[in-house]
Amino acid sequence: MSVVPAAPLPASAEPDESAAATGSRFGLLLVPPPARTGWRLVPARVLALCVVELQKLRHDRTEIYTRAVQPALWLLIFGETFTRLKAIPTNGIPYLDYLAPGIIAQSAMFIAIFYGILIIWERDSGVLTKLLVTPTPRAALVTGKAFAAGVKAVLQAAVVIVIAALLGVSLTWNPLKLLGVVVVVLLGSAFFSCLSMTIAGIVLTRDRLMGIGQAITMPLFFGSNALYPVALMPGWLQVVSRVNPLSYQVDALRGLLIGTHSHLGTDFAVLAFATVLGITSASALLGRLAR
Amino acid sequence: MSTDGETLPDPAATASATAAAVYCTGLQYAFGRTKAVDGVDLSVRAGEVFGLLGPNGAGKTTTIRAITTLLPVPSGMVQVFGHDAARQKMAVRRLLGYVPQQLSADGGLTGRENVSLFARVFDVPRRERAARVEQALAAVDLTEAADRMAGTYSGGMVRRLELAQALVSAPRLLVLDEPTIGLDPIARTSVWERIAEVRAATGMTVLVTTHYMDEADQYCDRVALMHQGTIRALGTPGELKAEVRAQRSDPADGLPSLDDVFRHYAGSTLSASTGNSTGKEGEFGDVRRTRRTASRVG
Repeated sequence: MSVVPAAPLPASAEPDESAAATGSRFGLLLVPPPARTGWRLVPARVLALCVVELQKLRHDRTEIYTRAVQPALWLLIFGETFTRLKAIPTNGIPYLDYLAPGIIAQSAMFIAIFYGILIIWERDSGVLTKLLVTPTPRAALVTGKAFAAGVKAVLQAAVVIVIAALLGVSLTWNPLKLLGVVVVVLLGSAFFSCLSMTIAGIVLTRDRLMGIGQAITMPLFFGSNALYPVALMPGWLQVVSRVNPLSYQVDALRGLLIGTHSHLGTDFAVLAFATVLGITSASALLGRLAR
Repeated sequence: MSTDGETLPDPAATASATAAAVYCTGLQYAFGRTKAVDGVDLSVRAGEVFGLLGPNGAGKTTTIRAITTLLPVPSGMVQVFGHDAARQKMAVRRLLGYVPQQLSADGGLTGRENVSLFARVFDVPRRERAARVEQALAAVDLTEAADRMAGTYSGGMVRRLELAQALVSAPRLLVLDEPTIGLDPIARTSVWERIAEVRAATGMTVLVTTHYMDEADQYCDRVALMHQGTIRALGTPGELKAEVRAQRSDPADGLPSLDDVFRHYAGSTLSASTGNSTGKEGEFGDVRRTRRTASRVG
Protein backbone atom coordinates (compact mmCIF):
# COMPACT_ATOMS: atom_id res chain seq x y z
CA MET A 1 0.00 0.00 0.00
CA SER A 2 1.51 3.30 -1.02
CA VAL A 3 0.38 6.35 0.81
CA VAL A 4 0.44 10.03 0.01
CA PRO A 5 -0.57 12.89 2.24
CA ALA A 6 -4.32 13.05 2.64
CA ALA A 7 -4.73 16.58 3.86
CA PRO A 8 -2.90 19.92 3.70
CA LEU A 9 0.19 20.12 5.81
CA PRO A 10 -0.37 21.28 9.34
CA ALA A 11 1.08 24.62 10.29
CA SER A 12 3.88 22.82 12.02
CA ALA A 13 5.76 22.16 8.81
CA GLU A 14 7.56 25.46 9.33
CA PRO A 15 8.39 27.13 12.63
CA ASP A 16 5.13 28.41 14.07
CA GLU A 17 4.91 32.17 14.64
CA SER A 18 2.99 31.64 17.82
CA ALA A 19 5.86 29.55 19.01
CA ALA A 20 8.37 32.29 18.29
CA ALA A 21 8.81 33.01 21.95
CA THR A 22 9.47 29.36 22.64
CA GLY A 23 11.67 29.20 19.57
CA SER A 24 13.89 31.96 20.85
CA ARG A 25 14.56 29.79 23.88
CA PHE A 26 15.80 27.10 21.55
CA GLY A 27 17.91 29.36 19.28
CA LEU A 28 20.84 27.04 18.69
CA LEU A 29 18.60 23.99 18.48
CA LEU A 30 17.23 25.24 15.19
CA VAL A 31 20.58 25.06 13.44
CA PRO A 32 22.24 21.70 12.68
CA PRO A 33 25.95 21.63 13.55
CA PRO A 34 28.41 21.57 10.64
CA ALA A 35 29.34 18.05 9.58
CA ARG A 36 32.86 16.95 10.39
CA THR A 37 34.30 14.86 7.58
CA GLY A 38 37.55 13.23 6.51
CA TRP A 39 40.36 12.17 8.80
CA ARG A 40 39.19 14.33 11.73
CA LEU A 41 36.08 12.23 12.26
CA VAL A 42 37.68 9.21 13.93
CA PRO A 43 39.90 11.18 16.39
CA ALA A 44 36.87 13.30 17.34
CA ARG A 45 34.77 10.22 18.12
CA VAL A 46 37.63 8.54 19.98
CA LEU A 47 38.06 11.69 22.07
CA ALA A 48 34.31 11.91 22.78
CA LEU A 49 34.14 8.31 24.02
CA CYS A 50 37.36 8.62 26.03
CA VAL A 51 35.99 11.76 27.71
CA VAL A 52 32.88 9.81 28.71
CA GLU A 53 35.05 7.06 30.21
CA LEU A 54 37.01 9.63 32.23
CA GLN A 55 33.79 11.32 33.38
CA LYS A 56 32.45 7.98 34.60
CA LEU A 57 35.67 7.22 36.45
CA ARG A 58 35.61 10.68 38.01
CA HIS A 59 32.14 9.99 39.40
CA ASP A 60 32.96 6.50 40.63
CA ARG A 61 36.55 5.44 41.29
CA THR A 62 35.56 2.24 43.10
CA GLU A 63 36.47 0.08 40.12
CA ILE A 64 40.00 1.46 39.96
CA TYR A 65 40.60 0.68 43.63
CA THR A 66 38.96 -2.74 43.69
CA ARG A 67 40.71 -3.81 40.51
CA ALA A 68 44.04 -2.88 42.11
CA VAL A 69 43.64 -5.63 44.71
CA GLN A 70 44.37 -8.56 42.41
CA PRO A 71 47.58 -7.17 40.84
CA ALA A 72 48.72 -6.09 44.29
CA LEU A 73 48.27 -9.69 45.50
CA TRP A 74 50.16 -11.06 42.50
CA LEU A 75 53.09 -8.75 43.22
CA LEU A 76 52.96 -9.10 46.98
CA ILE A 77 52.44 -12.85 47.30
CA PHE A 78 53.51 -14.48 44.04
CA GLY A 79 56.23 -11.93 43.28
CA GLU A 80 57.78 -11.78 46.75
CA THR A 81 57.70 -15.57 47.15
CA PHE A 82 59.23 -16.37 43.77
CA THR A 83 61.86 -13.69 44.29
CA ARG A 84 63.02 -15.66 47.36
CA LEU A 85 62.73 -19.02 45.59
CA LYS A 86 64.89 -17.85 42.69
CA ALA A 87 63.22 -20.66 40.71
CA ILE A 88 62.79 -18.68 37.52
CA PRO A 89 65.92 -17.53 35.67
CA THR A 90 65.61 -13.82 34.89
CA ASN A 91 69.16 -12.86 33.91
CA GLY A 92 70.00 -11.43 37.29
CA ILE A 93 66.95 -9.21 37.57
CA PRO A 94 64.97 -9.60 40.82
CA TYR A 95 61.88 -11.66 40.00
CA LEU A 96 59.59 -8.98 41.38
CA ASP A 97 61.04 -6.48 38.89
CA TYR A 98 60.67 -9.05 36.12
CA LEU A 99 57.08 -9.77 37.13
CA ALA A 100 55.82 -6.19 37.52
CA PRO A 101 55.45 -5.38 33.76
CA GLY A 102 53.69 -8.72 33.28
CA ILE A 103 51.21 -7.89 36.00
CA ILE A 104 50.61 -4.43 34.51
CA ALA A 105 49.82 -6.07 31.16
CA GLN A 106 47.66 -8.69 32.88
CA SER A 107 45.58 -6.15 34.80
CA ALA A 108 45.07 -4.08 31.63
CA MET A 109 44.05 -7.21 29.74
CA PHE A 110 41.58 -8.25 32.42
CA ILE A 111 39.83 -4.88 32.07
CA ALA A 112 39.75 -5.06 28.29
CA ILE A 113 38.82 -8.71 27.82
CA PHE A 114 35.44 -8.19 29.48
CA TYR A 115 34.70 -4.91 27.67
CA GLY A 116 32.33 -6.77 25.37
CA ILE A 117 30.01 -7.27 28.34
CA LEU A 118 29.72 -3.50 28.55
CA ILE A 119 28.85 -3.40 24.85
CA ILE A 120 26.14 -6.01 25.35
CA TRP A 121 24.82 -4.04 28.35
CA GLU A 122 24.81 -0.91 26.17
CA ARG A 123 22.93 -2.86 23.50
CA ASP A 124 20.33 -4.02 26.02
CA SER A 125 19.94 -0.55 27.52
CA GLY A 126 19.64 1.20 24.16
CA VAL A 127 22.84 3.24 24.54
CA LEU A 128 24.60 1.39 21.70
CA THR A 129 21.55 1.63 19.46
CA LYS A 130 21.43 5.37 19.99
CA LEU A 131 25.13 5.76 19.23
CA LEU A 132 24.72 3.71 16.05
CA VAL A 133 22.16 6.25 14.84
CA THR A 134 24.66 9.10 15.14
CA PRO A 135 26.96 10.09 12.26
CA THR A 136 29.64 7.76 13.54
CA PRO A 137 30.99 5.02 11.28
CA ARG A 138 31.05 1.68 13.06
CA ALA A 139 34.83 1.49 12.82
CA ALA A 140 35.04 4.89 14.54
CA LEU A 141 32.65 3.75 17.25
CA VAL A 142 34.64 0.57 17.86
CA THR A 143 37.92 2.52 17.84
CA GLY A 144 36.44 4.98 20.32
CA LYS A 145 35.26 2.18 22.60
CA ALA A 146 38.61 0.40 22.27
CA PHE A 147 40.61 3.44 23.32
CA ALA A 148 38.09 4.25 26.05
CA ALA A 149 38.93 0.79 27.44
CA GLY A 150 42.57 1.79 27.01
CA VAL A 151 42.06 4.94 29.08
CA LYS A 152 40.68 2.83 31.91
CA ALA A 153 43.57 0.39 31.55
CA VAL A 154 46.16 3.19 31.61
CA LEU A 155 44.73 4.46 34.92
CA GLN A 156 44.83 0.88 36.21
CA ALA A 157 48.43 0.52 35.02
CA ALA A 158 49.36 3.74 36.85
CA VAL A 159 47.98 2.27 40.08
CA VAL A 160 49.94 -0.96 39.57
CA ILE A 161 53.12 1.01 38.80
CA VAL A 162 52.71 2.90 42.08
CA ILE A 163 52.18 -0.39 43.97
CA ALA A 164 55.26 -1.87 42.27
CA ALA A 165 57.32 1.19 43.15
CA LEU A 166 56.18 0.93 46.79
CA LEU A 167 57.31 -2.71 46.80
CA GLY A 168 60.76 -1.59 45.71
CA VAL A 169 60.68 -2.46 42.01
CA SER A 170 63.29 -0.44 40.10
CA LEU A 171 61.24 1.31 37.46
CA THR A 172 62.22 4.02 35.04
CA TRP A 173 60.79 7.49 35.54
CA ASN A 174 61.96 8.71 32.14
CA PRO A 175 58.94 10.65 30.75
CA LEU A 176 59.51 9.44 27.19
CA LYS A 177 59.63 5.82 28.30
CA LEU A 178 56.54 6.32 30.43
CA LEU A 179 54.82 7.78 27.40
CA GLY A 180 55.83 4.62 25.56
CA VAL A 181 54.26 2.60 28.38
CA VAL A 182 51.01 4.54 27.94
CA VAL A 183 51.01 3.80 24.20
CA VAL A 184 51.74 0.11 24.76
CA VAL A 185 48.97 -0.24 27.34
CA LEU A 186 46.56 1.67 25.09
CA LEU A 187 47.31 -0.54 22.09
CA GLY A 188 47.19 -3.78 24.08
CA SER A 189 43.91 -2.86 25.73
CA ALA A 190 42.48 -1.68 22.43
CA PHE A 191 43.25 -5.09 20.92
CA PHE A 192 41.85 -7.13 23.78
CA SER A 193 38.71 -4.99 24.03
CA CYS A 194 38.20 -5.42 20.28
CA LEU A 195 38.66 -9.17 20.72
CA SER A 196 35.99 -9.01 23.41
CA MET A 197 33.66 -6.92 21.23
CA THR A 198 34.22 -9.36 18.36
CA ILE A 199 33.21 -12.26 20.59
CA ALA A 200 30.24 -10.19 21.80
CA GLY A 201 29.20 -9.73 18.17
CA ILE A 202 29.28 -13.50 17.72
CA VAL A 203 27.76 -14.81 20.95
CA LEU A 204 25.41 -11.83 21.56
CA THR A 205 24.69 -12.58 25.24
CA ARG A 206 26.45 -11.62 28.46
CA ASP A 207 26.44 -15.12 29.92
CA ARG A 208 28.13 -16.66 26.90
CA LEU A 209 30.67 -13.87 26.71
CA MET A 210 31.45 -14.17 30.41
CA GLY A 211 32.10 -17.90 29.95
CA ILE A 212 34.31 -17.41 26.91
CA GLY A 213 36.13 -14.49 28.56
CA GLN A 214 36.96 -16.62 31.56
CA ALA A 215 37.98 -19.51 29.32
CA ILE A 216 40.49 -17.47 27.30
CA THR A 217 41.87 -15.11 29.94
CA MET A 218 44.06 -17.60 31.78
CA PRO A 219 45.43 -19.30 28.61
CA LEU A 220 46.33 -15.84 27.27
CA PHE A 221 48.05 -14.97 30.55
CA PHE A 222 49.89 -18.25 31.13
CA GLY A 223 50.64 -18.59 27.42
CA SER A 224 52.63 -15.37 27.48
CA ASN A 225 55.95 -14.22 28.90
CA ALA A 226 54.22 -12.38 31.76
CA LEU A 227 55.33 -14.83 34.48
CA TYR A 228 58.36 -16.59 33.00
CA PRO A 229 60.70 -16.34 30.01
CA VAL A 230 59.53 -17.90 26.76
CA ALA A 231 62.70 -20.04 26.66
CA LEU A 232 61.44 -22.03 29.67
CA MET A 233 58.22 -23.02 27.92
CA PRO A 234 57.66 -26.31 26.09
CA GLY A 235 57.75 -25.97 22.30
CA TRP A 236 54.01 -25.89 21.74
CA LEU A 237 53.56 -23.18 24.37
CA GLN A 238 56.31 -21.12 22.76
CA VAL A 239 54.25 -21.15 19.57
CA VAL A 240 51.22 -19.95 21.53
CA SER A 241 53.32 -17.24 23.09
CA ARG A 242 54.57 -16.06 19.70
CA VAL A 243 51.04 -15.49 18.38
CA ASN A 244 49.83 -14.01 21.67
CA PRO A 245 49.78 -10.19 21.56
CA LEU A 246 50.11 -10.15 25.36
CA SER A 247 53.70 -11.43 24.98
CA TYR A 248 54.61 -8.45 22.80
CA GLN A 249 52.94 -6.08 25.24
CA VAL A 250 54.88 -7.55 28.16
CA ASP A 251 58.15 -7.51 26.19
CA ALA A 252 57.68 -3.80 25.38
CA LEU A 253 56.70 -2.94 28.96
CA ARG A 254 59.74 -4.77 30.34
CA GLY A 255 62.06 -2.97 27.95
CA LEU A 256 60.55 0.42 28.74
CA LEU A 257 60.04 0.08 32.48
CA ILE A 258 62.97 -2.00 33.73
CA GLY A 259 65.35 -1.71 30.79
CA THR A 260 65.63 -5.38 29.78
CA HIS A 261 66.54 -6.31 26.24
CA SER A 262 63.37 -6.06 24.17
CA HIS A 263 62.21 -5.76 20.59
CA LEU A 264 60.32 -2.47 20.74
CA GLY A 265 59.94 -2.09 16.97
CA THR A 266 58.43 -5.53 16.55
CA ASP A 267 56.35 -5.16 19.73
CA PHE A 268 54.78 -1.87 18.59
CA ALA A 269 54.24 -3.18 15.06
CA VAL A 270 52.53 -6.37 16.26
CA LEU A 271 50.34 -4.49 18.75
CA ALA A 272 49.36 -1.90 16.13
CA PHE A 273 48.58 -4.61 13.57
CA ALA A 274 46.59 -6.62 16.10
CA THR A 275 44.62 -3.49 17.05
CA VAL A 276 43.76 -2.74 13.42
CA LEU A 277 42.73 -6.36 12.95
CA GLY A 278 40.62 -6.23 16.11
CA ILE A 279 38.92 -2.98 15.08
CA THR A 280 38.14 -4.43 11.65
CA SER A 281 36.59 -7.63 13.01
CA ALA A 282 34.65 -5.91 15.81
CA SER A 283 33.30 -3.29 13.38
CA ALA A 284 32.16 -5.98 10.99
CA LEU A 285 30.21 -7.73 13.75
CA LEU A 286 28.88 -4.67 15.59
CA GLY A 287 25.80 -4.56 13.39
CA ARG A 288 24.73 -7.99 14.67
CA LEU A 289 24.35 -6.47 18.12
CA ALA A 290 22.02 -3.80 16.81
CA ARG A 291 19.55 -6.21 15.20
CA MET B 1 -7.35 7.33 4.80
CA SER B 2 -5.64 8.01 1.57
CA THR B 3 -3.75 5.53 -0.52
CA ASP B 4 -2.60 5.25 -4.04
CA GLY B 5 -0.64 2.89 -6.20
CA GLU B 6 2.47 4.92 -6.82
CA THR B 7 5.64 2.91 -7.26
CA LEU B 8 9.11 4.18 -7.98
CA PRO B 9 10.61 5.14 -10.40
CA ASP B 10 7.37 6.88 -11.33
CA PRO B 11 8.24 10.62 -11.54
CA ALA B 12 5.30 11.46 -9.28
CA ALA B 13 6.59 8.99 -6.74
CA THR B 14 10.07 10.48 -6.98
CA ALA B 15 8.65 13.93 -6.33
CA SER B 16 6.69 12.57 -3.40
CA ALA B 17 9.83 10.92 -2.02
CA THR B 18 11.74 14.18 -2.30
CA ALA B 19 9.05 16.15 -0.51
CA ALA B 20 8.51 13.59 2.23
CA ALA B 21 10.38 13.42 5.50
CA VAL B 22 10.23 9.63 5.30
CA TYR B 23 9.37 7.67 2.22
CA CYS B 24 9.27 3.87 2.26
CA THR B 25 8.23 1.75 -0.63
CA GLY B 26 8.03 -2.03 -0.69
CA LEU B 27 9.97 -2.30 2.56
CA GLN B 28 10.44 -5.90 3.63
CA TYR B 29 12.52 -7.37 6.40
CA ALA B 30 12.73 -10.92 7.66
CA PHE B 31 14.42 -12.47 10.66
CA GLY B 32 15.37 -15.81 9.21
CA ARG B 33 12.22 -17.25 7.68
CA THR B 34 9.94 -14.97 9.65
CA LYS B 35 8.77 -11.81 7.95
CA ALA B 36 8.78 -8.88 10.37
CA VAL B 37 7.89 -6.25 7.77
CA ASP B 38 6.07 -7.34 4.67
CA GLY B 39 5.85 -4.68 1.99
CA VAL B 40 5.40 -1.43 3.87
CA ASP B 41 4.75 1.67 1.75
CA LEU B 42 4.69 4.84 3.76
CA SER B 43 5.08 8.56 3.36
CA VAL B 44 5.57 10.84 6.35
CA ARG B 45 5.16 14.51 5.57
CA ALA B 46 7.66 17.09 6.69
CA GLY B 47 6.54 18.78 9.90
CA GLU B 48 3.87 16.36 10.99
CA VAL B 49 3.65 14.13 14.05
CA PHE B 50 3.18 10.68 12.58
CA GLY B 51 2.20 7.73 14.74
CA LEU B 52 3.04 4.14 13.87
CA LEU B 53 0.64 2.07 15.93
CA GLY B 54 0.29 -1.60 16.57
CA PRO B 55 0.68 -4.42 19.06
CA ASN B 56 3.92 -6.18 19.99
CA GLY B 57 5.27 -7.87 16.90
CA ALA B 58 3.39 -5.70 14.43
CA GLY B 59 6.68 -4.65 12.78
CA LYS B 60 6.80 -1.09 14.11
CA THR B 61 10.26 -1.31 15.63
CA THR B 62 11.69 -3.13 12.61
CA THR B 63 10.31 -0.41 10.35
CA ILE B 64 11.79 2.27 12.61
CA ARG B 65 15.13 0.45 12.64
CA ALA B 66 15.23 0.38 8.86
CA ILE B 67 14.42 4.09 8.72
CA THR B 68 17.13 4.92 11.26
CA THR B 69 19.73 2.86 9.34
CA LEU B 70 20.09 0.32 12.16
CA LEU B 71 18.94 -2.44 9.86
CA PRO B 72 19.85 -2.95 6.22
CA VAL B 73 17.11 -2.58 3.63
CA PRO B 74 17.23 -5.92 1.82
CA SER B 75 14.10 -5.24 -0.17
CA GLY B 76 12.33 -2.02 -1.07
CA MET B 77 13.50 1.52 -0.54
CA VAL B 78 13.67 3.90 2.42
CA GLN B 79 14.41 7.59 2.05
CA VAL B 80 14.74 10.27 4.70
CA PHE B 81 14.39 13.76 3.27
CA GLY B 82 15.44 12.35 -0.08
CA HIS B 83 18.51 10.49 1.24
CA ASP B 84 18.61 6.75 0.70
CA ALA B 85 18.81 5.03 4.09
CA ALA B 86 20.69 2.07 2.59
CA ARG B 87 23.30 3.99 0.64
CA GLN B 88 23.59 7.38 2.37
CA LYS B 89 23.59 6.30 5.98
CA MET B 90 25.74 9.12 7.34
CA ALA B 91 23.64 11.76 5.58
CA VAL B 92 20.47 10.20 7.01
CA ARG B 93 21.89 9.95 10.52
CA ARG B 94 22.78 13.65 10.53
CA LEU B 95 19.08 14.40 10.08
CA LEU B 96 17.91 12.12 12.88
CA GLY B 97 17.26 12.39 16.55
CA TYR B 98 16.47 8.97 17.97
CA VAL B 99 15.00 7.88 21.28
CA PRO B 100 14.90 4.06 21.56
CA GLN B 101 12.33 2.12 23.50
CA GLN B 102 14.72 1.31 26.34
CA LEU B 103 15.70 3.93 28.91
CA SER B 104 19.02 4.68 27.28
CA ALA B 105 20.48 7.53 29.31
CA ASP B 106 23.73 6.57 31.02
CA GLY B 107 23.12 6.49 34.77
CA GLY B 108 26.85 6.84 35.44
CA LEU B 109 26.91 10.35 33.96
CA THR B 110 25.13 13.57 34.89
CA GLY B 111 22.29 14.80 32.75
CA ARG B 112 24.54 17.48 31.28
CA GLU B 113 27.27 14.95 30.44
CA ASN B 114 24.71 12.69 28.75
CA VAL B 115 23.61 15.51 26.47
CA SER B 116 27.16 16.72 25.95
CA LEU B 117 28.19 13.30 24.59
CA PHE B 118 25.61 13.63 21.84
CA ALA B 119 26.70 17.19 21.11
CA ARG B 120 30.20 15.81 20.61
CA VAL B 121 29.24 12.89 18.38
CA PHE B 122 27.14 15.23 16.23
CA ASP B 123 30.16 17.54 15.85
CA VAL B 124 28.76 20.57 17.68
CA PRO B 125 31.69 23.02 17.72
CA ARG B 126 33.31 23.44 21.11
CA ARG B 127 32.55 27.20 21.25
CA GLU B 128 28.80 26.60 21.21
CA ARG B 129 28.64 23.17 22.84
CA ALA B 130 27.92 24.32 26.39
CA ALA B 131 25.24 26.78 25.27
CA ARG B 132 23.58 24.24 23.01
CA VAL B 133 23.56 21.61 25.74
CA GLU B 134 22.07 24.17 28.12
CA GLN B 135 19.30 24.98 25.64
CA ALA B 136 18.52 21.32 25.05
CA LEU B 137 18.24 20.75 28.79
CA ALA B 138 16.09 23.87 29.18
CA ALA B 139 13.81 22.70 26.37
CA VAL B 140 12.89 19.65 28.43
CA ASP B 141 12.85 21.40 31.82
CA LEU B 142 15.93 19.70 33.17
CA THR B 143 18.13 22.73 33.84
CA GLU B 144 17.95 22.38 37.60
CA ALA B 145 18.65 18.64 37.53
CA ALA B 146 21.37 18.90 34.87
CA ASP B 147 24.27 18.25 37.22
CA ARG B 148 22.66 15.35 39.04
CA MET B 149 23.58 11.81 38.07
CA ALA B 150 21.08 10.48 35.54
CA GLY B 151 20.83 7.33 37.64
CA THR B 152 18.91 9.36 40.22
CA TYR B 153 16.31 10.60 37.70
CA SER B 154 12.72 9.40 37.63
CA GLY B 155 11.47 7.56 34.54
CA GLY B 156 9.83 10.68 33.15
CA MET B 157 12.99 12.71 33.69
CA VAL B 158 15.09 10.08 31.90
CA ARG B 159 12.74 10.22 28.94
CA ARG B 160 13.02 14.01 28.87
CA LEU B 161 16.80 13.71 29.12
CA GLU B 162 16.79 11.38 26.12
CA LEU B 163 14.72 13.94 24.30
CA ALA B 164 17.38 16.56 25.09
CA GLN B 165 20.05 14.20 23.77
CA ALA B 166 18.10 13.86 20.54
CA LEU B 167 17.41 17.58 20.24
CA VAL B 168 20.95 18.86 20.77
CA SER B 169 21.85 18.21 17.12
CA ALA B 170 18.80 20.07 15.76
CA PRO B 171 17.41 17.01 13.95
CA ARG B 172 14.89 17.40 11.14
CA LEU B 173 13.33 14.05 12.00
CA LEU B 174 12.76 13.00 15.59
CA VAL B 175 12.15 9.26 15.89
CA LEU B 176 10.65 8.03 19.15
CA ASP B 177 10.14 4.33 19.80
CA GLU B 178 7.48 3.87 22.50
CA PRO B 179 8.53 7.08 24.31
CA THR B 180 5.98 6.84 27.10
CA ILE B 181 5.97 3.13 27.81
CA GLY B 182 5.81 2.40 31.52
CA LEU B 183 5.41 6.06 32.52
CA ASP B 184 2.66 7.28 34.81
CA PRO B 185 -0.02 9.52 33.25
CA ILE B 186 1.56 12.74 34.51
CA ALA B 187 4.99 11.84 33.16
CA ARG B 188 3.42 10.74 29.86
CA THR B 189 1.68 14.08 29.50
CA SER B 190 4.89 15.90 30.40
CA VAL B 191 6.87 14.04 27.74
CA TRP B 192 4.24 14.70 25.08
CA GLU B 193 4.01 18.36 26.03
CA ARG B 194 7.75 18.76 25.55
CA ILE B 195 7.57 16.98 22.20
CA ALA B 196 4.70 19.21 21.08
CA GLU B 197 6.44 22.36 22.29
CA VAL B 198 9.70 21.58 20.53
CA ARG B 199 7.92 20.49 17.38
CA ALA B 200 5.94 23.73 17.29
CA ALA B 201 9.08 25.80 17.80
CA THR B 202 11.37 23.98 15.37
CA GLY B 203 9.02 22.55 12.76
CA MET B 204 10.73 19.19 12.97
CA THR B 205 9.00 16.01 11.86
CA VAL B 206 8.16 13.51 14.58
CA LEU B 207 7.78 9.80 13.89
CA VAL B 208 6.56 7.92 16.93
CA THR B 209 5.57 4.35 17.67
CA THR B 210 3.19 3.64 20.51
CA HIS B 211 0.78 1.11 21.92
CA TYR B 212 -1.30 3.85 23.46
CA MET B 213 -4.14 4.69 21.11
CA ASP B 214 -5.32 7.58 23.31
CA GLU B 215 -1.95 9.29 22.98
CA ALA B 216 -1.91 8.78 19.24
CA ASP B 217 -5.43 10.17 19.00
CA GLN B 218 -4.51 13.27 20.96
CA TYR B 219 -1.02 14.09 19.70
CA CYS B 220 -0.54 12.63 16.20
CA ASP B 221 -1.48 14.45 13.01
CA ARG B 222 -1.69 11.16 11.17
CA VAL B 223 -1.36 7.54 12.15
CA ALA B 224 -0.66 4.24 10.43
CA LEU B 225 -2.09 1.06 11.94
CA MET B 226 0.36 -1.78 11.59
CA HIS B 227 -0.40 -5.44 12.08
CA GLN B 228 1.59 -8.54 11.17
CA GLY B 229 4.16 -6.60 9.19
CA THR B 230 1.79 -4.60 7.02
CA ILE B 231 0.03 -1.26 7.23
CA ARG B 232 -3.69 -1.89 7.56
CA ALA B 233 -4.91 1.71 7.60
CA LEU B 234 -3.52 5.21 7.40
CA GLY B 235 -4.93 8.69 7.89
CA THR B 236 -5.73 11.27 10.51
CA PRO B 237 -7.32 9.82 13.64
CA GLY B 238 -10.53 11.66 12.72
CA GLU B 239 -10.58 10.26 9.18
CA LEU B 240 -10.00 6.72 10.35
CA LYS B 241 -12.70 6.95 12.97
CA ALA B 242 -15.18 8.46 10.50
CA GLU B 243 -14.39 5.77 7.95
CA VAL B 244 -15.04 2.98 10.44
CA ARG B 245 -18.20 4.66 11.62
CA ALA B 246 -19.45 4.85 8.03
CA GLN B 247 -18.85 1.13 7.58
CA ARG B 248 -20.78 0.16 10.68
CA SER B 249 -24.17 -1.34 10.21
CA ASP B 250 -25.67 1.01 12.76
CA PRO B 251 -24.22 4.55 12.43
CA ALA B 252 -26.10 5.47 15.58
CA ASP B 253 -23.40 3.62 17.53
CA GLY B 254 -21.49 6.88 17.74
CA LEU B 255 -17.92 7.80 16.82
CA PRO B 256 -15.59 4.87 17.44
CA SER B 257 -12.37 5.25 19.38
CA LEU B 258 -8.98 4.65 17.80
CA ASP B 259 -8.96 1.33 19.67
CA ASP B 260 -12.15 0.41 17.80
CA VAL B 261 -10.52 1.48 14.54
CA PHE B 262 -7.56 -0.71 15.26
CA ARG B 263 -9.78 -3.70 16.05
CA HIS B 264 -11.72 -3.03 12.87
CA TYR B 265 -8.61 -3.27 10.67
CA ALA B 266 -6.54 -5.79 12.62
CA GLY B 267 -9.29 -7.96 13.99
CA SER B 268 -9.90 -8.44 17.68
CA THR B 269 -7.48 -11.36 17.93
CA LEU B 270 -3.93 -10.10 18.26
CA SER B 271 -2.38 -13.42 19.17
CA ALA B 272 0.98 -14.26 17.65
CA SER B 273 -0.18 -17.67 16.62
CA THR B 274 -0.68 -16.66 13.03
CA GLY B 275 1.86 -17.55 10.42
CA ASN B 276 3.06 -14.02 9.96
CA SER B 277 4.15 -13.46 13.54
CA THR B 278 7.46 -11.66 13.55
CA GLY B 279 8.84 -13.96 16.19
CA LYS B 280 12.09 -12.10 16.72
CA GLU B 281 10.69 -8.78 17.84
CA GLY B 282 7.12 -9.60 18.50
CA GLU B 283 7.24 -12.29 21.01
CA PHE B 284 9.61 -13.03 23.83
CA GLY B 285 12.31 -10.46 23.03
CA ASP B 286 9.93 -7.58 22.50
CA VAL B 287 7.92 -8.32 25.60
CA ARG B 288 11.08 -8.71 27.66
CA ARG B 289 12.41 -5.37 26.39
CA THR B 290 9.11 -3.70 27.16
CA ARG B 291 9.00 -5.15 30.66
CA ARG B 292 12.61 -4.20 31.30
CA THR B 293 11.89 -0.62 30.32
CA ALA B 294 8.73 -0.56 32.40
CA SER B 295 10.67 -1.97 35.32
CA ARG B 296 13.40 0.65 35.03
CA VAL B 297 10.93 3.52 35.02
CA GLY B 298 9.41 2.06 38.15
